[in-house]
Amino acid sequence: MSREKQVPMRQQDSDIRIHNFDEVPLGYTEEEAILEAERCLQCPNAPCGEGCPVQIDIPRFIDHIKNRRFAEAIATIKEENTLPAVCGRVCPQENQCQVVCTLGKRLEPVAIGKLERFCADWEAEHERYCPEVGKETGYRVAVIGAGPAGLTAAGDLRKLGHEVTIFELLHVAGGVLMYGIPEFRLPKEVVKREISALEEMGVKIEVNKVIGQIYTVDELLENGYNAVFIGTGAGLPRFLGVPGENLNGVYSANEFLTRTNLMRAFRFPEYDTPIKVGKCVITVGGGNVAMDSARTALRLGAKESIIVYRRSEQELPARREEVEHAKEEGIKFQLLTNPIRFIGKDGAVAGAECIRMELGEPDESGRRRPVPISGSEFTIKADTVVVAIGNGPHPLVPRTTKGLKLSQHGNIVADPKTGQTSKEGIFAGGDIVTGAATVIEAMGAGKRAAAAIDRYLKEKK
Amino acid sequence: MYTILSKMTLSSQIREYVIEAPEVARAAKPGQFIVLRLHERGERIPLTIVDADPQAGGVTIVVQEVGKSTREMGDHFHAGGSVLDFAGPLGVPSEIENYGTVICVGGGLGIAPLYPIARGLKKAGNTVIGIIGARSKDLLFYIDRMDAICDELHVMTDDGSTGRKGFTVDPLREILSSRRKIDRVWAIGPAIMMKVCAEVTREFDVPTVVSLNSIMIDGTGMCGGCRVEVGGEAKFACVDGPEFDAHKVNFDLLMSRQSFYHEEERCALDRYLAAEKEKEQREDR
Ligand SMILES: Cc1cc2nc3c(=O)[nH]c(=O)nc-3n(C[C@H](O)[C@H](O)[C@H](O)COP(=O)(O)OP(=O)(O)OC[C@H]3O[C@@H](n4cnc5c(N)ncnc54)[C@H](O)[C@@H]3O)c2cc1C
Ligand code: SF4
Ligand code: FES
Repeated sequence: MSREKQVPMRQQDSDIRIHNFDEVPLGYTEEEAILEAERCLQCPNAPCGEGCPVQIDIPRFIDHIKNRRFAEAIATIKEENTLPAVCGRVCPQENQCQVVCTLGKRLEPVAIGKLERFCADWEAEHERYCPEVGKETGYRVAVIGAGPAGLTAAGDLRKLGHEVTIFELLHVAGGVLMYGIPEFRLPKEVVKREISALEEMGVKIEVNKVIGQIYTVDELLENGYNAVFIGTGAGLPRFLGVPGENLNGVYSANEFLTRTNLMRAFRFPEYDTPIKVGKCVITVGGGNVAMDSARTALRLGAKESIIVYRRSEQELPARREEVEHAKEEGIKFQLLTNPIRFIGKDGAVAGAECIRMELGEPDESGRRRPVPISGSEFTIKADTVVVAIGNGPHPLVPRTTKGLKLSQHGNIVADPKTGQTSKEGIFAGGDIVTGAATVIEAMGAGKRAAAAIDRYLKEKK
Repeated sequence: MYTILSKMTLSSQIREYVIEAPEVARAAKPGQFIVLRLHERGERIPLTIVDADPQAGGVTIVVQEVGKSTREMGDHFHAGGSVLDFAGPLGVPSEIENYGTVICVGGGLGIAPLYPIARGLKKAGNTVIGIIGARSKDLLFYIDRMDAICDELHVMTDDGSTGRKGFTVDPLREILSSRRKIDRVWAIGPAIMMKVCAEVTREFDVPTVVSLNSIMIDGTGMCGGCRVEVGGEAKFACVDGPEFDAHKVNFDLLMSRQSFYHEEERCALDRYLAAEKEKEQREDR
């Protein structure tokens, strides 16, 4: 095995996997992991650790793998990261730790994400590492939302000895990890396992608790909680606002994925929630959510699954790996194209009228702005449309918390270093603050807020 | 797990349950709803809150057995048992104030959500005229309860098996035509009933509120599956409603969207009924 390239991870063949919901990459064996770990140079300055939003001691855990100390390897990761089985699968390492890896300057960087996943999977098969919980402080903290931000804040606060209760509106904890990201990328058993580790540490999780409706945030503070962390995410689906969007068969990506992942509609009628997918499905958007939707559509029986995106391939915001997976599976890309109207037949969608786009001057995001080419309208046939153009802040907590400062887009305004909001004792982090971002950034925000809450509680005394 | 405190049959297909959920009971207001899931494989079913008792911690809901899940609930979920999930209160509460004279129209299962609103309106000092109706006698319920809070009650059935023969819109039109001053109308029931009521009250220019029961999943604003068109704009029934200005609602779109899963609903019900039958036969043997 040359040192130039990463040890490849075995994966399900594309012609088989498009017919099932099983995970696509299959994981490293111990031998493969050790081989990959041996590529690491153990750089003294370890730039990779700096690239990690939760600052895992990367060379140390890799060194443990190299020396077959797998239990120590996972313990090293878990010192900083409560959800390694998740992060090893869905983090964009190619923009974080791996982009700065010294080896990557000349060769392929160390496959840090794959090694992280290996450690977490190894732990699942062996004994569980349970972080130590500090002496009980007697302080009570309420965490709203059981997504990556809330789970991380809860885990860290619990480690510091505080009593932590998470309130989650859905019937399961996990946030996007459970309802959004598909089974074939992140098996729900994996998420459940990580969450049960938190419960073993003594974090209480109350599902079916819709904060803002059952209690307001202020009521939580009045009812004996000393501080609140809000991690309610960006759950509000955006629509294009074009004619025909309310036709039957036009789904938001959130609805499409929630029916499939959370409600398990891919096993209807064994499970009670149905989903309807036609022969030809178009997904509008170019991010991870769009890739996930288009790939889900194939697995639900679509003969043709097309991504319609208004910029060019270069600007696709999805992870490279996911775009490649989508292509392998036969997803078609209709780039520089934007729907302007959905066409209906008997109340259901039958097609999309689209217009071709070209790239103009860069906009505020630095990417070249797509401009419609007049007269270039054309129609794509579609029995199902999934709109995956992004999500706004979940409205319930912002709407019902008086005096909480919000941005113009309705996100909660919070100090990026501490998560402190405009109200005393109330902290926030994750997608509800930043807008839709990544799992690990939400976790980083949860971590920083946990540290700030700990300081706040101690100073208040 | 949420304990079923009591179960009562209101009519051949309609049952009333009281579920133990003290925190929901404490916060619930007229016009709001909950989402319930029976078991691990269950769907999330939105149901209106009919009553809430903060002291005893019970939340009353009324279920019409129309599909697989509601049939299953009627057949297998009894007092003393429990349901797996129960989340609420959801949605924006009704705007209850003293308007003067109000008409409350309830059709079929819509009588259940209408009742707490009518009661609230009465308590707020309104003169309340009730109109309730159903296809036939065995689908009608809450006549006594409505009678107790309404200043005047009209009972209608399509087939005349009880009350007057006709539709709920008939007395509505008569009252409005009689030039009595009506300050506001609530109409809750099947989409088609709400649509015709809205058409009549528009003629007489009386502000009218309807409660929209679109298909929902989360019930908290996260999927957009419940979207309806109000005043030409898309709104989420679960968080922006469920109540809207009747004169602005696109009822045809609502009806079309409600019917999207008919085939699947049919298939799930048939499969359930077949399995039940088989179970019965096995037990007989
Ligand atoms: C389909 C999809 C694919 C993605 N793929 C990737 C990927 O590959 N890699 C990556 O890094 N990121 C990915 N992301 C983004 C990532 O999932 C999010 O950035 C991350 O989950 C944000 O975490 P969070 O904790 O802030 O919010 P969320 O995960 O959204 O969690 C918020 C939680 O709060 C709950 N909640 C909301 N309001 C209330 C309330 N009022 N009361 C109680 N609970 C409430 C919600 O139900 C939810 O469980 C993806 C997102 C989607 C939708
Ligand atoms: S930068 Fe790359 S080679 Fe250097 S320590 Fe980190 S993972 Fe190893
Ligand atoms: S039910 Fe999902 S947004 Fe209303």
